Amino acid sequence: MAGEGRQAVVSVEHVSKYFGVGAARVDALIDINLDVYPGQVVGLMGPSGSGKTTLLNCIACISQPSSGRLTLDGEVVYDDRWLKADLRRLRLDKIGFIFQYPNLLPFLDATDNVAVVLRLAGLGSAASLSRAVELLEYLEVGHRRHALPKQLSGGEAQRVAIARALANRPRIILADEPTAPLDSQRARIVMDLLRRIAIDQNAAIICVTHDEMILDRFDHIYRLRDGRLDIEAPAGPRLEPAAR
Amino acid sequence: MNLAYRDIKHNLLRFTLTNFGLSLLLGIVIMITGVYGGLIDDALRQARAARADLWVVQADTKGPFAESSRIPGDTRELVSRVYGVERAGAVTYQSVQAELNGAPHRLFLIGYQLGRPGGPSKIVAGREILRSHYEIVVDRRAGLALGQEIPLGTRGHKFTVVGLMQNEVTSAGDPVAYITLRDAQRLQFEVAPPSTRREQARGGALQTNDQINAVIARVSPHVPANEVATALSRWKHLTALTQAQQETMLSMVVIERARKQQMLIMVLLVIVSAVIIALIIYTMTMDKVRSIATLKFIGAPDRTIVGLIIQQALSLGIVSYLAGMALVFIFRPYFPRRLVFDPESVAVVFIITVVMCLAASILGIRLALKVDPAEALATSG
Repeated sequence: MAGEGRQAVVSVEHVSKYFGVGAARVDALIDINLDVYPGQVVGLMGPSGSGKTTLLNCIACISQPSSGRLTLDGEVVYDDRWLKADLRRLRLDKIGFIFQYPNLLPFLDATDNVAVVLRLAGLGSAASLSRAVELLEYLEVGHRRHALPKQLSGGEAQRVAIARALANRPRIILADEPTAPLDSQRARIVMDLLRRIAIDQNAAIICVTHDEMILDRFDHIYRLRDGRLDIEAPAGPRLEPAAR
Repeated sequence: MNLAYRDIKHNLLRFTLTNFGLSLLLGIVIMITGVYGGLIDDALRQARAARADLWVVQADTKGPFAESSRIPGDTRELVSRVYGVERAGAVTYQSVQAELNGAPHRLFLIGYQLGRPGGPSKIVAGREILRSHYEIVVDRRAGLALGQEIPLGTRGHKFTVVGLMQNEVTSAGDPVAYITLRDAQRLQFEVAPPSTRREQARGGALQTNDQINAVIARVSPHVPANEVATALSRWKHLTALTQAQQETMLSMVVIERARKQQMLIMVLLVIVSAVIIALIIYTMTMDKVRSIATLKFIGAPDRTIVGLIIQQALSLGIVSYLAGMALVFIFRPYFPRRLVFDPESVAVVFIITVVMCLAASILGIRLALKVDPAEALATSG
C-alpha cells in the first residue's frame, strides 16, 4: 500500500458496526481495515446499503464503531477518553466534509458559509472573512462571494462547499458523492481540484462515489459489499502528490 | 456572525407576517392589562375624586359604592361639629339614563353642595357649577359639548353642560357627571306627581326628599382619622369608613368578580400565546433541521444551535410585544372604555412575554438537540 514509512492520517483497524440486537441485528460494517495517507485520494464504492455512509459516519466521529480501533491524525478516538464535545472539536479542527449536495446554509452568503466554520473554531471576524475570501478565490468562485446559495449554480455551490470543508485546513477530507449533482466535465474538474487540495494541504481524502467516469482520479479504490471492504487497483491518478 | 439575525433577514417577509399575527395576540394581552388597570383606576377614582378622609354612611352599611346608604340631609351639620372634622359635604350618587337625539346616554350622577367637599376634582374645559339649579359638569366620554342641554329626571328638566372633565368614569365605564345636591335629591328622591297625589289621598305622611347617600369629611391633620371615625360611629344611625377602607372595598370587593374575569381572560390569553409561540418556534426549527444538522456536522456546539433558537424566539416575542403595544396605543382612543397602563403592569407583561418565549422555545430546542448530524448526510442523498 502507498505510504509505507509514513503515518496514516486515517487508520481503521478491524472496525465493525452493527445496529439492533439478536435476530434484528444488522451488521453494517464487518472487520474493516483501511489506511489513508497524507496526499492520498481514496475512492469508496459500493451499492446502496453496502455500508459506505456508515463507514464515513464512523470516520467523521458521528457514529461510534461497535468494535475495532479508529485513529485520526495520530489520535485514537472512541477509547473512552472522548467526550461528545471533544469529538465535535476534533471534527471541527481535523475533518472537512463535502456533502453530495452542497448543504450550504441558505441564509448566509458564500463568504459567510465558509467563514462560519472559522468563527466556530474561534477565529476573529476579520480573519475569518479574509480566509474565506482567499479560499473562494482559490476555488475560482471569488466573484460570487456575496451570492446566497440559491443564487449559485450547482458547480459554484459545490465549490463553496469545498471551500467550507477546507476552511480549517483539515488533515482529513471526507466527501460523500461530491460529483453526483454535476455533469461529467464539472465532475472531473471537482476531482482534479480535490487532488490538488490533497497535494497542497497534505490532506487525506476519502471520497464515496458511484461515478465510474472519475475512477481514474483515485489513488486507491475500495469496494464495500455487504459491509466488507475489498481493494481494487486504481486506474491511476492524473497528478502525483508532490509529498511522495 | 449572528446566525439568528441572518436567518431572520433571509426570511424577512415570513418573520414580519408572523410578528404581525403575534403582535395582534400580544396586543390583546396588553389591552386586557389596560382594561384591568382601568377597572381598578376607575373604581378608585370615584372615591379619590372626593379627597375624603372619612365617609359617613348609613349604619351597618358599606356605602355609598358597595351598598346603598340613605341618611338624613342634616347629617352634614352633625358631622361638621365633631372634633377633628375640618370640612364636610353631603353627596348623593345615582345612575341615570338620558335620551339625547334618540340615543341613550348613561351617566353616573353625583350631587354635591357647592363650595363643600365632594365636587369635581378637575375641570378641563368650561367652568364649575355656579348656579344652584340645572347646571351639569360631565366627563368627555358622555359625548356632550359645552352649552349643550340634556333632559334628566321624570319632570324632564334640562341641564346645561357648563364644564367638562377628563377620565372620570365608573368601574362600569359610565361617564361621571356632577350636579348640585338639591337637583340630585330631586332626581333621586322626589316621586312623580301622580304618586304624590295618590299618597296624599290615602292620608300618608308627606315624604321629604332631604336625604343624602353619604357625608364626606376632611379631618384635621392634627387629629387621627380613626379617632374621628370612632366618635362618629357612636351615633347609632351612622357608620364612618376611612378612605383606606373605602378604597380596599372598591378595589377588592366591588369589582372583585370583574377583576377575576379579567385576570382569567389574561391568563388564558397568555397560555394561548405561549402555545402559539411554541408552535411557531417549533415550525421555524423544523424548517431548519437540515441547516442544524449541517452545523452540527461541521462542528457547531449545542450552545450555538440553542442560541440560534432562543435569539429567534426572543426576537419574535420582543418585536411582537412592541408592535402589539404600538397597536394598542394607536387604537386606545377608539376603545369603548378607559385603558390604564402603569409602568409595573407594562413591565410585568414584557417579562411574561420574555419568559413565555423562553418556555416556548424549549420545544424547538429539544427538537434541535435531537437532530442527528448524520441527517446532513441522509438529506444529501
